[in-house]
Amino acid sequence: MATRNEHVAVGAVRRNFAPWSEPGAEPLIRFDGVTKRYGAVTAVDALSLSIYEREFFCLLGPSGCGKTTLMRLLAGFETPDEGRVLLAGVDQAAIPPHLRPVNMMFQSYALFPHMSVEGNIAFGLRQEGLPRDEIRARVDDMLRLVQLSGLAKRRPDQLSGGQRQRVALARALAKRPKVLLLDEPLAALDKKLREATQFELMDIQMSLGTTFLVVTHDQEEAMAMADRIAVMGHGRIAQLDPPNVIYEQPASRYVAQFIGDVNLLEGEVTGRDGDLCTVSCPAVGSALLVASTEPSAPGQAVAVAIRPEKMRLGRGLPPPGTANAIVGEVWDIGYLGDWTTYVIRLADGHLLRASQANVARFVEQPLTWEETVHAVFAPDAAVLLSR
Amino acid sequence: MHRGNAFRTVVLLLGLGFLYLPIVVLVIYSFNASRLVTVWGGFSIQWYVALFANAPLMEAAWTSLKIATLSASLATVLGTLAALALVRHGRFGGRSLFTGLIYAPLVMPEVIVGLALLLLFVSVGADRGLWTVVVAHTTLTLCFATVIIQARLASFDRALEEAAMDLGCPPAKTFFTITLPLIAPAVGAAFLLAFTLSLDDLVIASFTTGPGATTLPMRIYSQVRLGVTPEINAACTVLIAFVAVGLGLSFILTRSGARHRDEAAGEASADAVAERHAEVRS
Repeated sequence: MATRNEHVAVGAVRRNFAPWSEPGAEPLIRFDGVTKRYGAVTAVDALSLSIYEREFFCLLGPSGCGKTTLMRLLAGFETPDEGRVLLAGVDQAAIPPHLRPVNMMFQSYALFPHMSVEGNIAFGLRQEGLPRDEIRARVDDMLRLVQLSGLAKRRPDQLSGGQRQRVALARALAKRPKVLLLDEPLAALDKKLREATQFELMDIQMSLGTTFLVVTHDQEEAMAMADRIAVMGHGRIAQLDPPNVIYEQPASRYVAQFIGDVNLLEGEVTGRDGDLCTVSCPAVGSALLVASTEPSAPGQAVAVAIRPEKMRLGRGLPPPGTANAIVGEVWDIGYLGDWTTYVIRLADGHLLRASQANVARFVEQPLTWEETVHAVFAPDAAVLLSR
Repeated sequence: MHRGNAFRTVVLLLGLGFLYLPIVVLVIYSFNASRLVTVWGGFSIQWYVALFANAPLMEAAWTSLKIATLSASLATVLGTLAALALVRHGRFGGRSLFTGLIYAPLVMPEVIVGLALLLLFVSVGADRGLWTVVVAHTTLTLCFATVIIQARLASFDRALEEAAMDLGCPPAKTFFTITLPLIAPAVGAAFLLAFTLSLDDLVIASFTTGPGATTLPMRIYSQVRLGVTPEINAACTVLIAFVAVGLGLSFILTRSGARHRDEAAGEASADAVAERHAEVRS
């Protein structure tokens, strides 16, 4: 979609983009203590959230966590039971969906089957009563943007899944909304196409400067695209941070487990030396050293969270005196081509996952089943979680 | 296997014969040259010629067509509204009761419906005539129209309406530009079914009609009491043709609506999949 040069520019803009950390910045979208209930179920629970102009924002969570409801509240298809939804400082409560300056790309795409591609994209512009020439020009622009110029006269049922997705995107963007809402935009595409489309979406968002609010349950999708991710659970925000922070410094066990693979070793803080905490984990048998800036008192119950790729595997028992060495036997091996995941069974039956990059094509003596191994990690490779 | 097939063919022919033999006989005898209904005297269309010269019969046919058109139109509009209420308004109080009330006339004996309507018209002092039959037939056909349109609406993707509103289309306009065109086949099928039901009806029309509003089935019935003429056979054949065409169109519309839906819902064709992969590679 974009040339290489544009990519460089995009990168430069992205690196310095962090309006949420600027003290005086006014958010474009604000959810202010919003609650939405369906009968006895609370879909959104007293949630507050600010989203800034030009941001690529992802709401990430399992199904039923309230992320779609939050998006529909902004589009106007649901009304909050409590709290306010503000867009550019204006309370949206009294504004019906067809008058809100946001557009939505639906999960099912919701293309009008009785209209051509062109008719679908022009639909929103016609509602504005724009002159015919202007509509033509804008539709042509949109078709170019999503690379469908040759297919203007086709009907939705004559398009492939990827093409339908582009038409839906073009239709939602045609009105130049302040905010584009995308409900699981890539869920219906196959893996290869999904990856290609991710980058296209990012380029389009950058070049138009539209604020994107994406709802997804796919963490890879969110990680790849978003400036910030709000991980949701049970109608609340569990963590709101840029993707790398979400991954490397999860705020709770819930977030750590939802994003990527993680080993959680439950234990108890026994001592502290500066930023270095000593944690005794019954599953490991020895004490673990974990770097943590969070205040934690001895006796506090915590979990040591280590990502599988942050552990190094060694054959046999560790050299004496090695810190953070966990001994076990290889229980299962999953070869993925670029990575191999080893499941290691500890003495008490706990299973630990460790992945190693396959940097060499041939290994003389690969680790094999039931072999005794030790996994080692650096104190700052793990995170202490108290929640 | 072959025996089974032969058996099934025989059963099928017996069943179809049971259903359609009387009608086939009637149609054949409508082309009879003889004055005697039951004696074949060669092929002729003279009874059709006589039929179109029979003023009272033609007048009754015209009345029937007017009633069928008016009552089918009313039933389709009301049926669409009722279906919308049933499908869209979620769990309003008395929803299942309302659904039951819509379905009940499907199985209600016509004599009772006719009698009830007659009592109603008499008690409100309505002059019986064409309009009372229109109202009565609307009552009869409304439930059929509702059932057909409701089935289509139940499988209608609400996201389409939401998308239209999201793009700035007000709710009422959304109904006419998005919803109605997409459920049009079902609405058309409902109209045609209501039309043919109204054209068919003898019992309810007899109860609710008044002077000057004799329908075709009523005219035929009263003539038959004086003796069957080949002319009546011709009239019935024409009526059957009307009803068959109406039902056939109604069936085709319902099916084409369903097929369109399946295509829209189904995944892309193999062709499109190949195209998609080409896209990825490029």
